[in-house]
Amino acid sequence: MEGKITELRMEHITKRFPGVLASDDISISVGEGEVLALVGENGAGKTTLMNILMGLYQPDEGRILINGSEVRFRGPEDAFNAGLGMVHQQYMLVQNMTVTENIALGYKKAWQPFRLSLSDVRRRVVEISERYSLSVNPDAYIWQLSVGEQQRVELVKTLCLGARFLILDEPTSALTPQETDELIALLKNMTSELSIIFISHKLQEVKALSNKVSILRHGKVVFSGNTDEHSSQDIAAMMTGHSIELPKNVDKTEPGNVVLSIKDLCVMSDRKTLALNHLSLDIREGEIVGLAGVSGNGQRELSEAINGLRHVESGSISFFGKEIANFTPRQVIDEGMGYIPEERNTEGIVPSFSIRENFVLKDVAERQFSDKAIVKKKALDEYAETLVKDFDVRCPGINTAAGSLSGGNIQKVILAREIERKPRFLIAVYPTRGLDLGAVEFIHQQLLAIRREGIGVLLISEELDEIMDLSDRIAVIYKGSIQKVLEHDEATRARLGVLMAGVSE
Amino acid sequence: MTRSFKIAFKIAIILIAALAAVLIASIILWMIGADVGATFYTICIVPLTNSLHLTEVLIRAIPLCIIALGITVAYRSGIINIGAEGQMAMGILAFTGVALAFPSVPRPLLLPLALIAAVIGGGIWGFIPGILKAKLNVSELLSTVMLNYIAAQFYSLCLRTIYLDPAEQGLGAAGTPQSMRLTDNVWIGRISGRLHYGLIIALVLAFLIFFLMWKTTIGFRMRAAGAEARAARYGGINVAFYVALAMVISGAFSGLAGGIEIAGVHRRAIEGVTNNYGFSGVVVALFGGLHPFGIVPASFFFGLLIYGATLAPSRVGVPANIVQVMQGVIIIVIVTAQMVLSNTYFQDRLWRRISHRMKKEA
Repeated sequence: MEGKITELRMEHITKRFPGVLASDDISISVGEGEVLALVGENGAGKTTLMNILMGLYQPDEGRILINGSEVRFRGPEDAFNAGLGMVHQQYMLVQNMTVTENIALGYKKAWQPFRLSLSDVRRRVVEISERYSLSVNPDAYIWQLSVGEQQRVELVKTLCLGARFLILDEPTSALTPQETDELIALLKNMTSELSIIFISHKLQEVKALSNKVSILRHGKVVFSGNTDEHSSQDIAAMMTGHSIELPKNVDKTEPGNVVLSIKDLCVMSDRKTLALNHLSLDIREGEIVGLAGVSGNGQRELSEAINGLRHVESGSISFFGKEIANFTPRQVIDEGMGYIPEERNTEGIVPSFSIRENFVLKDVAERQFSDKAIVKKKALDEYAETLVKDFDVRCPGINTAAGSLSGGNIQKVILAREIERKPRFLIAVYPTRGLDLGAVEFIHQQLLAIRREGIGVLLISEELDEIMDLSDRIAVIYKGSIQKVLEHDEATRARLGVLMAGVSE
Repeated sequence: MTRSFKIAFKIAIILIAALAAVLIASIILWMIGADVGATFYTICIVPLTNSLHLTEVLIRAIPLCIIALGITVAYRSGIINIGAEGQMAMGILAFTGVALAFPSVPRPLLLPLALIAAVIGGGIWGFIPGILKAKLNVSELLSTVMLNYIAAQFYSLCLRTIYLDPAEQGLGAAGTPQSMRLTDNVWIGRISGRLHYGLIIALVLAFLIFFLMWKTTIGFRMRAAGAEARAARYGGINVAFYVALAMVISGAFSGLAGGIEIAGVHRRAIEGVTNNYGFSGVVVALFGGLHPFGIVPASFFFGLLIYGATLAPSRVGVPANIVQVMQGVIIIVIVTAQMVLSNTYFQDRLWRRISHRMKKEA
């Protein structure tokens, strides 16, 4: 292995995209054995900056220095060769290959003409995983591994390819609290040999892991300094530009009637395995039930089964006393079900449709918007103008393609559509995933507002803070069943974490 | 970025594209030793010089326009119909069948009846790949192409057997497989030369498709299903139904184009009468931006190219095949230029470079 990277600097980096200044004269530096946390809201330019560092984008201005000498990366290959390695938020692993095979894909040293020495790769994997105490089974298939294990594979892969400097993009976003703690301990241990930049907007981790922090806002560095000299609150305030206090569910109400009652529900996953295993859950009107769990434990299948998008094998779904299992999506919608789906860009909106058209995606055939199959353009326009104003959707106009909006504004479009149709119940799946604090605040306020109107809400989330802030009761899902349902006051982070990991009390 | 820069950018790209197309085509012509200038003149200008030529261009534009409209409906609904050739053949067969079976029915009844038969013939041929895609997710690329083969052979078979003109029967293999001349009760009247009132039908259909796709709830749902099928399904739209419906409409348009072509131009079914219109229709649809108002001029342009190709051999001695090669080049260059025009990133970079240089000079 070549020499260590003792210092990495990015100086005066500027990058423009059409109409946007993604990086505005940014300078950062990381020394030997240091961990730099790059924090900021979505769209602040964190990922753009790292993509420039990895050679995926060329900066318009500015330069990159490694150990004091300037480098130019024309592509990711060049960055790898210089010793930089990045673990992306979305894991880049082939599911039906083993760990060794996945790593062999990028491990060019093992490639000879017409021959690929997998045993060499395997030896290397074992060596690296022992050296950094990253336990992985080199012969396991990726699909057999949990999310936390897959992430370790990504780390081992990056290190095997010779990385002497790690870049981690939101490494904890899909991990349980326990896995997060493990990862932080591991990374701390690694700093004896290498330096790390990690992107995050979870301030606890920033405090726990980093020595230095750089805060980005609107493509600018607004603050750089040592982490231990500043509190989480200070950092949060600098991140958003103002202090945000997320709303909490405090006003207690008397529990109403059960409106959604799920009994012994069994549903298959796409891989034809049992995704929901005799799941039962009751939700009353005017309460928010938070469904906590590590993603992939049946949350997607549950929301799809309720909404008629996935076949129910057995069990019942009773909605206001009516059996709705295996209804068509249209029938479920007509029963008054509101739904904020997991993938906002492909399930929540039609991206190439205008904001106006997306508002009426479900209701274009209603008399309010069309007459004998002919769309009333004026009614649509007025409706859209009102919703854009009421829900504070930041957009150039109602004819803008919804897919061109930021994540937060797309989510506002979906929320506006679902709430404005006056649902009798709302299912919100990861409603704030990847959104910045301002948008989170707005969405939380809206969810609490419809709860006050007496509407039941099923909130599926992997953010424990979100669930604890908003829920009246918290159900923990694990491997397709409800592990336990806790009253809000009984729930603590530690207790939920244990339940989410599958340990019964 | 200033407005004038944007306009200048567009004009520059279009000019460069046109220049590139002419240049490449010229090289091809020069290599085969043709008179470059005269060939261009024959293909692009001569067809516009007198009304007889112009009507011939329009005759070719009519089926192109109708087929491209149908393909637009399918494409916008998320299914790519490259089976228009076969759907058109089936439309012609149905049209001819009705005309041959009821020659004495009066025109106000027979012509609509025969055209409806053409619509149904093409519609069924579109429904098959549509329902296979909707229910079993069979690739429409596969099924439509295979159905083209079947339709072509079936068409051939009918013209050689049950539809065969009695006058040709004695000739055996020497004659052209064709039906007898159809009764004038199924003819569409002519405006000038061979140009027939199908032109009006095509224009009305263009408006109807615009209305259907952009002004009705049916079109809204079809477009939603095509633009993002998942979101449409989550929004309670029966995607499978609208995909199948779109293919039926698409096939029906191709069938109708076939019926009108026979009723207006040939007045009998002849082998090879589909003339690749089904495939050119795909190009016209894409070229017209998958929008009726773009398809109308696009089909005129393609009618021009197709007719120009028939003039070239006799006038300047350039084989029609070479003209088709030139058409291919022109289409690729123009489509590339369209992509460059829509690349705002490139435009932005160019703007910054130019404004940077101007600042330096100042």
